[in-house]
Amino acid sequence: MELAIPVEQWSGAVGTVTLGATAEQGGTRRRTLTLGGESTLPFLRLEGAIPNPPALAMEVLDASPEKWPEPLRAPFGNVLDDPAAWAVKCVEEFGADAIVLRLVSADPQGQDASPEQCAETVRRVLQAVSVPLIIWGCGDNDKDNLVMPACSQAAAGERCLLGTAVQENYKTITACALADGHLVISEAPLDISIQKQVNILLTEQGLPLDRIVMYQVTGALGYGVEYAYSILERTRLAALTGDKMLSMPMLSVVGSEAWKAKESWLDEPKWGALERRGILWEAATAALFLHAGSHLLVMWHPEALRLVRAMLTALQPA
Amino acid sequence: MALTAIEVYKHLPKSNCGKCGVPTCLAFAMKLVQKQASLDQCPEVTEETKQALEGSAAPPMATVTIGAGDRAVQIGGETVLFRHEETFHHPCALAVRLSSSLPPAQLAAGIERVEGCRYDRVGMLLGVDLLALEDAGDGSLAEAAQMAAERSSLPLVLMSTDPQAMGAALEHCGAGRPLLYGATAANLDAMVALAKQWDCPLALCATDLHELVALSERAGQAGYGKLLLDSGAKSLSQLLNDQTIIRRAALNKKFKPFGFPTVAVCAAEDPAAQMLEAITAVAKYAGVVIVDPLPDEYLLPIVTARLNVYSDPQKPIQVEAGMHEVGEPTPESPVLVTTNFSLTYYLVEGDVMASKVPAHVLAVDTEGTSVLTAWAAGNFSAESIAEAMNKFALAEKVAHRALVLPGGVAVLKGKLEELSGWEVVVGPRESSGIPLFFRQRGWVPR
Repeated sequence: MELAIPVEQWSGAVGTVTLGATAEQGGTRRRTLTLGGESTLPFLRLEGAIPNPPALAMEVLDASPEKWPEPLRAPFGNVLDDPAAWAVKCVEEFGADAIVLRLVSADPQGQDASPEQCAETVRRVLQAVSVPLIIWGCGDNDKDNLVMPACSQAAAGERCLLGTAVQENYKTITACALADGHLVISEAPLDISIQKQVNILLTEQGLPLDRIVMYQVTGALGYGVEYAYSILERTRLAALTGDKMLSMPMLSVVGSEAWKAKESWLDEPKWGALERRGILWEAATAALFLHAGSHLLVMWHPEALRLVRAMLTALQPA
Repeated sequence: MALTAIEVYKHLPKSNCGKCGVPTCLAFAMKLVQKQASLDQCPEVTEETKQALEGSAAPPMATVTIGAGDRAVQIGGETVLFRHEETFHHPCALAVRLSSSLPPAQLAAGIERVEGCRYDRVGMLLGVDLLALEDAGDGSLAEAAQMAAERSSLPLVLMSTDPQAMGAALEHCGAGRPLLYGATAANLDAMVALAKQWDCPLALCATDLHELVALSERAGQAGYGKLLLDSGAKSLSQLLNDQTIIRRAALNKKFKPFGFPTVAVCAAEDPAAQMLEAITAVAKYAGVVIVDPLPDEYLLPIVTARLNVYSDPQKPIQVEAGMHEVGEPTPESPVLVTTNFSLTYYLVEGDVMASKVPAHVLAVDTEGTSVLTAWAAGNFSAESIAEAMNKFALAEKVAHRALVLPGGVAVLKGKLEELSGWEVVVGPRESSGIPLFFRQRGWVPR
């Protein structure tokens, strides 16, 4: 019997989104980052093109992470209370493709930093690094609606990715992106119908498809990762079968989820060496998101990023 | 693709003789497709019909058993390419390989370690399923197999391409039905003969997909069907490619030579790269994944990934209902109640750990639903909580009489106090509020 290689004919493709704007494009980035564009399943080159490999961003918090376990703090030395220096280290030393600046300081339950303070941090980080920036609010809708306009203006023209727009709160952030030339993260809680609905809401407000990145709340290995895994697979299949409203690239938050898992930080000798465990948990979580079809991973530990980068290289054809 | 009842009916005698136990041939056809009847029950069935129907009724991928007795594992029998389409049915088996040429003391230690690679996950044991012995080619395989058969309860994988070494090893462990890995173009006839003699599953080890087709057809012609497939992929990219092609050809094209589970041997030198290779194999269709004796911190993510990928998307994962200890609680430690939906339970457990206050957590069986869902469905009620408190003997495990109730179901407080006679303390709505809640109550880390 002769083997006929079973190739699928896909009618659609994942859309592309480019983060960052160079001087010619009205920004100051020296590098831009293009996501998506595949006309095939993850890493499967036999039936379509993969023009852009998945990208690895690193997350910088604008307030020193007091609760981080030692194995996670160690590689960063003394930069954890300086977001700009932290970002520089991520790019220059650890090879991050983009920086996620998480504005945790804005949280009204915590430091309750002002919109101006947050905007100043955005300016400093933009000056310090030349890769695209992802600006992520604190998660309190009312506060984010005050903070995001200030940050968006401070970064006008830089084609940053702003997060996040949710079903109950998307208008302000989308207006910011439209006014200042940015992109938006469209977030939905592990629900493909809501994801599509939020995407439609953003486009109805005038944001084009190539300025939207999708984010399905993720979960870590061992803690619900399978829900996001199947949502990502279904979304990729929807894009490949021609559903334009689910064709945008997808982002997965890996670091903060993986390090929440007790396997990452609990002193339990039966689980092996503690100083490696969180790194491996993060890399393993990342691997599952990549196989499910994610385009942009938000990482915490540089060693986990290095391991995932090596896996991406091994997934290139010889 | 399974046949419909009408398609099956076309092949039946249409005599409605009733001898099969149902009044009409159409009714019998319907029983056949629902697998509630077997074709043998029809006295008029012809040999031709049998072949036509049995061929199409056969599952597209065989289910294969490795080992014998309690620890035997079943793999294969998969029906979909994506878990959301149905579910993946038989979790891939994880094998750890040891070289047969290890000195006896080291081999014994290695076997003991592999045997002990089991990780407790709230009432579930995750771990290694198979012990693989790799023939070093120095005549040591038989002795290693003897030691493994004596000391390990795990089914074995014998990794050798030398039929003589394989035969000698089988003399010691053949009754345990090990996986023979495996048959190549050069040794296939001898390996098939051994597999038949000992009734063992046999892996076909090819150098590429086309050779794998040829090996599978030869084994089929020799009348052997307990097969596994290894395309011999040399890179991660090739592994993903080959595994996908094999699974698609088997399920979508009914390509018989590929209708068997696969084997992926992970060989990356760097242990972390090997872990990621194994996770790739777990996610992308391997039936058996063979790794080096990696340290626990590398094995734990692999077995957890398998748990997640193979969980049934229709059924929420549950933890064991009952009293669980977080930290090392004493009879004075607080008691919290939540549901047995794994994600809910793990959130509570994680936040109790973060508080560093040891506590007891009572997981009530809500069929794996979250607090508010279970409350709305009536599965998390004052009655069901009180019943669980009795069933799991809370009163014997703690000295005090105070139970912390999730804030979202504060409405249950009065009824629960009445039913249980305990003081019911309303806790935070979200488990993330537990550390602060404990501090406010004056419950401090030990």
